[in-house]
Amino acid sequence: MDRMPRWADVLLVPALSLLLAGAISALVILAIGENPWQALTIMVTGALGSTYGWGYTLYYATNFIFTGLAVALAIHARLFNIGAEGQAAIGGLGVALAMLHLPWPHWSLALLGAMVASALFGAAWALIPAILQAKRGSHIVITTIMFNFIAAALLNYLLVGPLKPPGTMETATARFPPETHLPDFRQMFSWGDTVLFRGTPANITFFVALLACVAVWFLVWRTRLGYEIRAFGLSEPAARYAGIGATRIITVTMLLSGALAGLMAINNTLGEAERLILNAVEGAGFIGIAVALMGRAHPLGVFLAAILFGALYQGGAELALWTSIPREMVVVIQALVILFTGALDNMVRMPVERLFARRRARAALSPPGPTLHPPGRAAAPSDPGKPAE
Amino acid sequence: MDLTAFFQLLDATLRLATPLLLACLAGLFSERAGIFDIGLEGKMLVAAFLAAAVAAVTGNVWLGLLMGIGGSLVLSGLHGLASITFRGNQLISGVAINFLAAGITVVAAQAWFAQGGRTPQLGAGSRFAEIQLPGFAALRDIPLLGPLLADVVSGHTILVYVALLAVPVSWWVLFRTRFGLRLRAVGENPAAVDTAGVSVIRLRFAAVAIAGLLCGLAGAHLSTAEPAAGFIRDMTAGRGFIALAALIFAKWRPWGALGACLLFGFLQALSLRPATIEAVIGLRVQTQFLDALPYILTVVILAGFVGRAIPPRAGGEPYVKER
Repeated sequence: MDRMPRWADVLLVPALSLLLAGAISALVILAIGENPWQALTIMVTGALGSTYGWGYTLYYATNFIFTGLAVALAIHARLFNIGAEGQAAIGGLGVALAMLHLPWPHWSLALLGAMVASALFGAAWALIPAILQAKRGSHIVITTIMFNFIAAALLNYLLVGPLKPPGTMETATARFPPETHLPDFRQMFSWGDTVLFRGTPANITFFVALLACVAVWFLVWRTRLGYEIRAFGLSEPAARYAGIGATRIITVTMLLSGALAGLMAINNTLGEAERLILNAVEGAGFIGIAVALMGRAHPLGVFLAAILFGALYQGGAELALWTSIPREMVVVIQALVILFTGALDNMVRMPVERLFARRRARAALSPPGPTLHPPGRAAAPSDPGKPAE
Repeated sequence: MDLTAFFQLLDATLRLATPLLLACLAGLFSERAGIFDIGLEGKMLVAAFLAAAVAAVTGNVWLGLLMGIGGSLVLSGLHGLASITFRGNQLISGVAINFLAAGITVVAAQAWFAQGGRTPQLGAGSRFAEIQLPGFAALRDIPLLGPLLADVVSGHTILVYVALLAVPVSWWVLFRTRFGLRLRAVGENPAAVDTAGVSVIRLRFAAVAIAGLLCGLAGAHLSTAEPAAGFIRDMTAGRGFIALAALIFAKWRPWGALGACLLFGFLQALSLRPATIEAVIGLRVQTQFLDALPYILTVVILAGFVGRAIPPRAGGEPYVKER
């Protein structure tokens, strides 16, 4: 890829996409009779202006890091895991069963137990779509969509029936025992009379998410399996020729992806709600798609994009509080980000490539003539699996 | 269960199958031309909102229908722009369209009506009325067949009949016209169509536009054809995905689509009547299981254990004219 410098690919194109999404969102806000600049100010101060705002921003970001990594890892094998939503929901089931039915003497053990349970359950929910894709060629996008709905129906059944404690009205499990309470940011970062992050859900899981970023980076770029995953994603026939089995790569990648999505449950179920509630995932699985696309499927990019979307979510809540703009405005912005960074990527990329090609042609000091990359030449079709390399 | 209850069940089946069928045929045209469309849900939602909003403001449901179709077509255009013109990823484009619809309908509904993301309920004049087919009431006295015709077939809104009519029309267009032949060819082998001097891009845009039209009808049915008509947030509630499931179930064929949508509509009608099931089979079936059944059946079909479903070969791949 020498059509443009790496910094343009990694920074300039996503920034332009974000700018376009922002501009259209501003037009929408104008159209409903509100002031976009004022809206932006409210969102930024609401999300980043206080430790309260940060406490929520980082809590949401933690969710999005897990689902973003799940989608990103699958992208490296050119698999589009649209099922992070269901995998995270089933991960929550795993956490709830483990917390309620096993004795946990200390939160650190509970955290480890929750990690194992959520990862196992999330991976299990990705297993059937993975096998169907690998063995029968059933399109993974369709099967994971179907599994999202099946997961929703399953949890709906469990939470109004068998898992609901008798005599309660809420569609949720019983509260987890107090020993499993994870340290939250208020407990971790307050000292003396200075209380930071008061009343916010951000908790130690954020650091687990950071570790997950490092682990995924190490896996993808520093291990044999990661090499095989990337090779498979770049060219399936070439990978097969090199002795990399398609069935194994698809299955293993999807299991890891499902496990990452499932891990989200330690943040929202164990860390925040401390019980399993209905619709606990709240669309975070789908935001993972936006985060992975925005972050160019690289853990660092996923981390930054997750913070951005966390801020967007917290800012959107503040916006709904102080203006007449409903929270759904965030969904519109999210849709535009997916649209411009994912589907309309070529629309943003092609003019930039043309610009660089023209500059290079001029810098070559040769008389203008046919170059290797003539201006106006179409780029290769984009795919979700364009790894950051 | 007595016969009246059974006919009520069939009546509800037909009503609930209508949006599924229209959306399923929309997906059929799109996917037969090689364009995956997981944005059916979003297009239906936008159409449902615009149809109800315009009908509420103007009092004219036909104007509402027109605007609903218009809104759906705009999203189709966006999908075409992303997946045909700019050769982007069709699945991602569909995901974006679903979110765009889910967000913008609530934002606009709140800005226009300030009722928490819904439109006002439509009165009798500003929604589609039930049509009593002429002569059907007179047949009621014929045993069995009479009530079936008078109570189940007759007495629906026009969109139900449009949906039923769309099945043979789609079959005829796809399998008996030159346009249909080319459209199917473009989904199997676009290069061959291109070589024959037919524009792949124009054909695919035509297919995507037909999908927009049909999704517009489906969405309008949801919000303007029920007795309690009006738009509420996320009112499509996954129907676009059930339609997608039905499409696979139908193996990308119009008559199969009718059968699959009637089956899934029947399941939806059943899950609204848990007492009926218990009375018939003597077993209490969880409604959540019935809700999940279309998806489970589709996974089974996809797994290829019960008749393999093979999608159009060029589906999901952008066409590059020359390298």
